[in-house]
Amino acid sequence: MEILVCVKRVPDTAENEIEVAGDGNDIERDDLVYSVNEWDNYAVEEAIQIVDKVGGSVTIVSVGDEDAEEIVRREMAMGANDGILLTDDAFEGSDGKGIATLLKAAVEKGNYDLILTGAQADDGAGQVGGMLAAMLDLPYASIVNKIETLDDKKLKVGREIEGGNQEMNEIDLPGVLSIQTGINEPRYVGIRGIRKVASAEIPVWGTSDLAIAADSVGEAGARVKRVDYFVPELGDGAEILDGTMEEMSDKLIELLKAKGGIK
Amino acid sequence: MAGQIFAYITHKTGKADDSALELATAAGKINPDASTTAIVTGAGADLDAVCNEVAKSYKEVWKFNHDALAYPNAEAIRKLLVAVLPQDAILLAAHDTFGMDLCPGLSIKLDAVFAADIVDIEGLEGNILNVIRQEYSGQVSTHVACDITNGAVLNVRPGVFQPDDSGSAGGQVIDKSSEVTDLTTGRRFLEIVEAEVGDVDITKEDVLVSVGRGIEDQDNIEIAEDLAEAMGAVVSCSRPIVDAKWLEKARQVGTSGKTVKPKVYLALGISGSFQHLGGLKGKPFIVAVNKNPKAPIFQMADVGIVEDLLDFVPVLTEKIQEGK
Repeated sequence: MEILVCVKRVPDTAENEIEVAGDGNDIERDDLVYSVNEWDNYAVEEAIQIVDKVGGSVTIVSVGDEDAEEIVRREMAMGANDGILLTDDAFEGSDGKGIATLLKAAVEKGNYDLILTGAQADDGAGQVGGMLAAMLDLPYASIVNKIETLDDKKLKVGREIEGGNQEMNEIDLPGVLSIQTGINEPRYVGIRGIRKVASAEIPVWGTSDLAIAADSVGEAGARVKRVDYFVPELGDGAEILDGTMEEMSDKLIELLKAKGGIK
Repeated sequence: MAGQIFAYITHKTGKADDSALELATAAGKINPDASTTAIVTGAGADLDAVCNEVAKSYKEVWKFNHDALAYPNAEAIRKLLVAVLPQDAILLAAHDTFGMDLCPGLSIKLDAVFAADIVDIEGLEGNILNVIRQEYSGQVSTHVACDITNGAVLNVRPGVFQPDDSGSAGGQVIDKSSEVTDLTTGRRFLEIVEAEVGDVDITKEDVLVSVGRGIEDQDNIEIAEDLAEAMGAVVSCSRPIVDAKWLEKARQVGTSGKTVKPKVYLALGISGSFQHLGGLKGKPFIVAVNKNPKAPIFQMADVGIVEDLLDFVPVLTEKIQEGK
């Protein structure tokens, strides 16, 4: 099975406090730790496990600037065969549809049976997989937390739905799935793994390689635009306790007892 | 002039989802004078009950009754909506697992813009609809401008808009079932597999000590278990802990886990994503311990402690044990 996995380089929210930059045009990017989008990492692991079972190959693709190359390489080190980077100044400022347009062009240069994305990324939209599937006229399932290969034309997939229940579907190939965290246990990538792919060639494709109109992507093509970042003025929020650990503990115990929190 | 507004209603066992009335409010924020049409799809007798319920809040309800719609397969419903929606339509849906499945692809097929997980709507300026979203797990908000010249598909976060429960719309139900055409898709629904039952039922507990990513390591779960034991509470968790297989799924609080109604909820190292908070009902007394002062959980909590839980919780546990 030929599998393409779409990945994104994102600020790691587990490692960073995200703050709005002075003018609201961006977030503070100094000292941010970047990593591969967590959902995408599960998607790559799933692709590798499928290929381990039924044969084929895994290709990683990412839209981003040249810094995204390290993410493509890191995911290749997990055991993917190839990587592609989609980079062009004209891609900057793309909305979800713009990103899907770029990925569609990349998909059409290959011959894939299955295309995976993460269920969502740092902007929490969860849109690119569904858009890509619709553009390609392929069947789609989102928030997938189980994949079983039935034959080379069909998969059985579980979607995570409300209440922790699972919606089982049969889906024809080729198809597009967005992958939920927890579907597997992504393998650890060590320094040795990274070294193995250090010299792997990662082709970089721009507007002309993808044969797309420059005004269909990037800022020019975006009909959904982020105007600014801000921190909303919310209610009072929590009463923040202060003092030493011991003092805070005493205060909290008092509050918990009053609320029936300590039996 | 913006297009006609529609709301896709999700429902289960003859009852509309809570989001049905929230979407009516959201539609009013796009255009206070709008006459919004609810779309209800399904099969069988349950459907009429849902339509009648929804007609109290929407002037018009389009009913699509067809065997192929018995289970809400987003791929089939997308085909239906592409066929029946007028040009430039604005379609509202809940940002739940169905809306996430349906709406991005639908926007492409309608050539309409898509905005996901909207938390507020500021209104229309000409053909630009201004909405508010959040990024980075709710740590920052963004103003987003959508050009709705060709229509829009808008996913609205459940629970953020007040439900329109005035019940005064006196709406009319229009049976559009005859407009249902071929709904065959490349994805076929098989069955629902119910969540596994665990050894504890966190939905029945009054006091929960809940752990999130801030616990950092499986070995540290013990720190929360010790506190829970000292308090007479039970340990629950957020999604990353289940993903890492450190605790069983039955202990997960959130929209993709259990909905709990405790009196007291201790959130240890939990950032407080809306999916997590969506599983927390009944207005419990919330205590948040998190080393990130920007964590959204502090907006929801009654009491906050800005410390690394790994440092603070052992001190708290010892103090409680001393007091006994």
